[in-house]
Formats: sequence, C-alpha cells, structure tokens
Amino acid sequence: MGVDGIGARVARKEDRRFLTGKGRYTDDMSVPGMKHAVFVRSPHAHATIVGIDATEAKAMPGVIDVLDGKQLLADGIGNLICGWMIHSKDGSAMKMGAWRPLADKTVRYVGDAVAIVVADSVAEARDAAEAVVVDYDFLPVVTDPVQALADGQPQLHPEAPNNLIFDWELGDAGVVDRALAAAAHVTELKIFNNRLAPNPMEPRATLGIYDAGDEHYTCYTTSQNPHLARLVMSAFYNVAPENKLRVIAPDVGGGFGSKIYIYPEEIVCLWASKRTGVPVKWTCDRTEAFLTDAHGRDHVSTVKMAFDAGNRITALKVDTIANLGAYMSLFSSCVPTYLYATLLSGQYDIPAIHANVRTVYTNTVPVDAYRGAGRPEATYLLERTMETAARELGISPAELRRTNFIRSFPHQTPVIMNYDAGDYEASLDAAMAASDWNGFAARKAEAEQRGMKRGIGMSCYIEACGLAPSAAVGSLGAGVGLWESAEVKVNMVGTIEVMTGSHSHGQGHETTFAQLVADRLGLPIDSINIVHGDTDKVQMGMGTYGSRSGAVGMSALAKALDKVEAKAKKIAAHLMEADESDIVIEDGALKVAGTDKSVPWFQMALAAYTAHNLPPGLEPGLKESAFYDPANFTFPAGCYICEVEVDPETGRTKVVQFVAADDFGNIINPMIVEGQVHGGLAQGIGQALLEGVTYDDSGQLLTASYLDYAMPRADDVPSFKVSTSNTPCPNNPLGIKGCGEAGAIGSPPALINAITDAIGNNQLTMPATAEKVWAAAHAAN
Amino acid sequence: MAKITMTVNGRQVSGVCEDRTLLVHFIRENLGLTGTHVGCDTSQCGACVVHMDGQSVKSCSILAAQAAGSSITTIEGLAQNGELHPVQAAFKAHHGLQCGFCTPGMVMTAVDMIRRHGSDLDEATVRSELEGNICRCTGYHNIVKAILAAAHEMGGVRQAAE
Repeated sequence: MGVDGIGARVARKEDRRFLTGKGRYTDDMSVPGMKHAVFVRSPHAHATIVGIDATEAKAMPGVIDVLDGKQLLADGIGNLICGWMIHSKDGSAMKMGAWRPLADKTVRYVGDAVAIVVADSVAEARDAAEAVVVDYDFLPVVTDPVQALADGQPQLHPEAPNNLIFDWELGDAGVVDRALAAAAHVTELKIFNNRLAPNPMEPRATLGIYDAGDEHYTCYTTSQNPHLARLVMSAFYNVAPENKLRVIAPDVGGGFGSKIYIYPEEIVCLWASKRTGVPVKWTCDRTEAFLTDAHGRDHVSTVKMAFDAGNRITALKVDTIANLGAYMSLFSSCVPTYLYATLLSGQYDIPAIHANVRTVYTNTVPVDAYRGAGRPEATYLLERTMETAARELGISPAELRRTNFIRSFPHQTPVIMNYDAGDYEASLDAAMAASDWNGFAARKAEAEQRGMKRGIGMSCYIEACGLAPSAAVGSLGAGVGLWESAEVKVNMVGTIEVMTGSHSHGQGHETTFAQLVADRLGLPIDSINIVHGDTDKVQMGMGTYGSRSGAVGMSALAKALDKVEAKAKKIAAHLMEADESDIVIEDGALKVAGTDKSVPWFQMALAAYTAHNLPPGLEPGLKESAFYDPANFTFPAGCYICEVEVDPETGRTKVVQFVAADDFGNIINPMIVEGQVHGGLAQGIGQALLEGVTYDDSGQLLTASYLDYAMPRADDVPSFKVSTSNTPCPNNPLGIKGCGEAGAIGSPPALINAITDAIGNNQLTMPATAEKVWAAAHAAN
Repeated sequence: MAKITMTVNGRQVSGVCEDRTLLVHFIRENLGLTGTHVGCDTSQCGACVVHMDGQSVKSCSILAAQAAGSSITTIEGLAQNGELHPVQAAFKAHHGLQCGFCTPGMVMTAVDMIRRHGSDLDEATVRSELEGNICRCTGYHNIVKAILAAAHEMGGVRQAAE
C-alpha cells in the first residue's frame, strides 16, 4: 500500500477549495444575460385556483415575464412521476394523483408552486411575485395521516379514494397471528416516527439555460443524481430531448437524500429559459426549503413482538401508516415498503414477520427518502420494542439481543433480505466495552446524588446499502437499474482522470476514489483527478444515495481499473519483450517480476498513444469503462450505546456519552468514514431530541425557519466514541458495505431508550423535548 | 441606489447597490466573492460570517451601506501567499468539513474565537461559541477538534489573527 492507498487517513483533496472560498455551488454560477426567478407559492394548504392575474406584476420594474401552469401545460410539460410501482395486497396498482410542476387547477400544500416570476434581480422578482394575484377557493384540509384515511375526510386526489395510495403487505399474516396466540410473552408498542426536514446547509438552486442556436438546454442544479435528472426530465416530463440536455451538479452543499429527486423548480426554470430567451436562476431561501424540500420519516405504527419461554422471538407483527404528503415524490413509494419492511428482522433470527403498510395523501409537503430512508424507521420500531421487551421480561437488553442474534451466514430473513456476512456480537461487545456498560450503575448512583436522572440505552441496527441487483429491484417495481458506471482515462503523460457516475456532495469521493486508483497503480494521489456531476463529461451514472458510492460506484471503478491494468500490462510486456503474465504494477512502474526490468507508468502511457510500438492488433490509447451491477445489497450493522442525564427540574436531556461500534466491511479512508458516522449521529440525535416538522390543523407549517425548527448545534451533541469492525462484504470486489446512513439509523432508538431508562417511563415520542421529558418523568412518579 | 466604498481583503473596492442590499449580497454579487454563503434567512446558520474591522459578524444581518468605510475580511482573504491560515489548515487536517458549505462561516467564526480566547479555549467554550453556526454534515466533532488544535498551534496569540 502506498501512503495514499486503501486504508490511509488521507486528508481530502477537495478541502482546499472549500476552505479558501473557491467552492463553486449552483448559486455561485453566473452566465451572461442571466435573470432571476422567484416562485409564487400557495399560502393555502388546499384550494382551487379560480384565476391568476399577473397584469400588475408584469408591469413592475425589471420584470421579464410571469408564467403559470396553464402555459406550462400548453407547452406539453408532463407531470412529476414516482419511480417505484407498488401494488396493494389486493393486486391493484398504487393510486397516483397528478403532480403538476406549476399547479393549474388545485393546490394541495402550503408552498405548492403556482407561477414563476423572472426579473432582473431577485429583489425585483420577489416584489413582483407579491403582486401576482391568485384567486383561491378554499377546500377543507387534512394533515394527519390516520385521520386522512377515515370516511368523510377531505379528498386530495380523485384517483385515491379515502386518500389511500396503497395498502401493502409483506410476510405471512396467518403464521404470525398463530405465533402471537401461542407466545409466552407479547410486547406491544405504539411507535411514532417524527417528520423531519433534511436541511442540507446549501439551499436548493437551479440555473436553466436554453441556447436557441443549438436548441440545447443546460441545467445547473443542486442534485445528488444529475444523470437521473436528465433521464426523467427528458423521458418523462418532455422538458428537453435527452441528447440536447446537459445536467451539471457542481459542488453541492449536502443532500442527505433531499437532493435525489427532481423538483418542480428544475423543470420550470429550464422551460422558463426557453420561454423568455434568457438564462433563469432560482435559489430558494430557508423558509422555502422547509416548505418544499421533500421531508423524511412520518410513520405511525403498532408493533407486536412474540417471545417463547426462552426469550426467543417467535414472530413480529407491524402495522404502519406512512404519510406521503400531498404528492408522490420520486422514490416515496419504496421508502416505507422495500426499504423499511425488508429490514424488520434487524439483527435477529425471527422466524415469522408480517408487515402491513398503508400510505396516505395529506395536505403537507411530499415525503421521500431522508438519510437512511426506511431503515431508520424500521430500526427505531424494532429497537424500541427490544428494549421494552427486555424491561418487561426482566432481563438485560444486551442479553435479550444476544439470545436472538443471527449467528450463521448467509441468513435468509422472512422479509426478502439475504444477509451475506456479519458479526453482531462483536459490535455489541465493542460498544459495551467502550461505554463501560458495567460501570453504569455507579455513574447512575453518583448522578442521583447530584439530583440528576441518568439512563443508558442501546440499539443494534442493520441497514441495507447499495440497492441491487437491477433485475431483482426491477421485479419489485423499480423504474430504473441500480448499477453504476466508471471510466478511467489514462492521459498521454500518465496522469489519470476517473469519470464516475457517483456524485459527491460532502462524502469526499475526490479523495477516496483517487485512493483506490493510487493503491492499484502505485501513483501519487495528486496525479489522479476524479470527475463527477456532469452528464456531458461522465457518460452514465445513477448518482449517490443509499450509501452506494463505495460499494457500487467504486466497484465499477475497480472493474474499469482491471481493464486498464490488463491493457497496460500488454503494452509493457511488448515494450520489454516479456510475457504479460509476468508484469506487475508497483510504485508507478510496470516491472517484470523477478528481474530489474521496468517501464515507468508514464512511458507506457505515452507508448499507448504514440502507437509506434504496440503489440500487433492492439488499439491505441488507454481508456476503459465498466458498468457494475451488484449481486446483492450490502449489510452494514452495528451497536450504539447512549448515556444521558435528565434534569428532573427542567426535563432537559444532556447526552453525556455516545458510543458507536459499526461494521462497514473494508474501509478506504477511516478518517472520512468516522466523519460520516459523526454526521449521521448528530442527525439522529437531532431527530430524537430536537427536530420535528409541525403543521397546524389548517395545514400551515409552524416550523418554517431555524427559529422554529430546532437544528442540532455544537452544544447539543457530545464528542463521539466511534470504532469499527470490518467483516468484508463478500459480494463486491472491494468488500465495502457503506457507512453514510448508519449514524442516523442507529442513534434515535439508543437515545430514546436511554431517556426512558432514566425517567422510568416508556411513553415518550420524538422529539423528546424538555417539556415532553419533564411531563413523562413526572407522570412516572 | 448608493455608491459604497470599503476595504475588502486589503483592497479598496466600491459598488453601487440598493439601500436594502445586505452586506452578504454585496460581497457575493457586486464583488463576486462567492465564498461567503447564504444558508438561511433568519441569521441563524452562520454560513455568511465575515470579519468587519477585525470582529466576526453575520453579513446577512448588516446592510451593505452600514459597512461602508469598514475593513472586511472574507474567507478568500484568509490564506496568505498561497499558505492556508492555521485555522484552515487545522480544518483540513482534522476533517472539519464535508460538503464545505458552512465551512467559510465556521472558519471565520473560529478565527475570531481564537483571537479572543487564545490557547485558553476548551471544548465547552468552543461548543458554546459555535451556537451561531450550523453544520449538518460533521456532527461538530471534528470542527471542535480542529478549532482546539488551531488554538494550540497558534500558541495563544491574542492579537488579530489575520
């Protein structure tokens, strides 16, 4: 391994530009003639649009044009789609309501876009947007998903009676019900998973540029997935032909899932650029982000877990209602189904599981994947239930988990997944040791003397990363393949450019992908450049989400490197008159093993392009590409232990210790992996303690700024103790499992388990605000 | 509209803007210095922190006209002669950034924090003083490490760090 290779804590190549203010985010882009857009948005959660009068607005200073949904429809721009088809248990297809990029007849949530104003400056566009008169007829509103399913409630879409999108099930209800009836003990719990706003620090932005000369479109946008944006906007929305559309996602300031989707603004700005003849840039403000970025989570569930007399789980029954908001966002249907119910076995050998999931329309912003997407919801439900069961059964939570761990692999769960490898006891042991689990009683006693209630809680999570393989997910309703592509271009002087379909928005791909190349070829990391995020430069891609960049994206790169190496060896063998099977690549040279013969890497590269002396029949050049379609998901897992102190006087919870012991398989850069865990933990702690999107009964968003929505700040989280074990994934060439979402998946149940342990009351919902904890603590007394 | 002159990163600059223009927009749009970011509209996130006459300020909470005649340092003005400022270097060494969007504001806040506290900084103080800066990526763990390391590296130098 070179100093820059696999396993090294290499400082990030991309940091210099971010640290010196040279990062280039979408809102930093300016092009000649560019104008600015502001959207006119519905202030009502549910209303019919009677008319739109933009006469006054169009006459205001700096205004280029005001465009609405009727004009968009007239130009043949299509509805936003959902990319994963789910069928109800009666066999019927999910009930899709139409989602117009600009509402033309009905608005269904506060923030639904109605019109776009294009003006010389943002301020002028904003002034004019306020002057657009929209005449609304109010309709009744429903925001609660349980209420929305009842008879006589407001109806959002005619296609979906009782607002039910689908009623889906997985597993055998009969077997589970019989096991529940025969159980020695059944633990029952009602679980709420609070709605979250993802809040990447960079607000969404898009710059649409139509070039009338070439009839060509360019879209700069804050996307985790520019290739998918291009596909969807061309193939489904009819905004631009695919061969005439370039999508660029430059530096992107965080995504966490919320920048996977195609949003109305990207479509409308491109269209508006063609309509007005000027480049059109829109950047949302934070309140607009709260109103329109897809939210996450929002489940209401009941769970029943059956145990035999030996404390072994015999069955699990889950009934979930998932609020999908006013429209079905791009991946919304797979989150509470195939990304959720398939993980309900957790780390445990559960013989029978049945999950019923009903998804519901309400007058709220669409809900879609957010860091973890389905897995946090499954883990929270399962790990709250395990902790509760341990308390009811009177045994330690660690012991109950040990009793039920899966210990042999591969393991087929009753809910589709086939776990490939893992060692759950190792993570549990590591976390218990790091947290000094055995010393907790003494710490609790000491805290009591100070008048504080101390509690400890654990969570053993599993996640499924790198959705795959394409054929399998296709059979479950996915609309796209889930491979990744990579291209390795060796330049004439031997430097290397890698074109990857993975997108980096904070994960450090420019460093880790380069580390893989450096490791394979023995080249300095600075001679390797990673190119991503531009559909004109990178041929194909599926973007970054679901912790897939390492396991899938880097596996594609490894495959492309195999081809590069093979051809390089052919060239070097020819130059040195050796057998290509004797060539080894080391330290930037191609050597004949066991001899002192070698050719420097750059010399071989030059020879590939001068083509003066190549083996007969060999094509000149050294540029190879590969697609990689994984054989299975990967299954990172771990154990988290949280210790808290609750002040009984105020209800304030302080996280005094947080330990994470994860198994991510092989690791390219431990520093970056630890950073991913830290960030995930803070988001999970945010969900558990602080964050929660709240609507009032009329559908007004009460948490629409950082004054109302509590984001975790430096003083809300502790320094973390993280460690990893490394059971390699057997299904990809690098043994990587994925690490991006783990912290957000595993931490909320550990924290809530710790608080409920501290206050002696198991009835607590997230976010566990001081007020709620105080009330629960005093109710327990 | 008013013509405003100020010193930015050691150079005198001027520009014409509306009375309602905020300093952050003047810096980004009139001066083309896009390293200073806008992350919220309520002065909560701190992505727009710059130094005004040596002290950290949120440039979204000041009108450009109010900054006329002052000396402003933005993230672009921190590195000298191609050498990263010790705080920038510490953020890189300790992986104190991921997506990089909050980073300029974090760094400018940290420089001012170290100017005031020097090597007396401890973890509790750093966490408390970061109250006005939100990061969504790092969990703050490595930001805190980086700031403490930089304070140590800078050896308690209490005068202006730039």
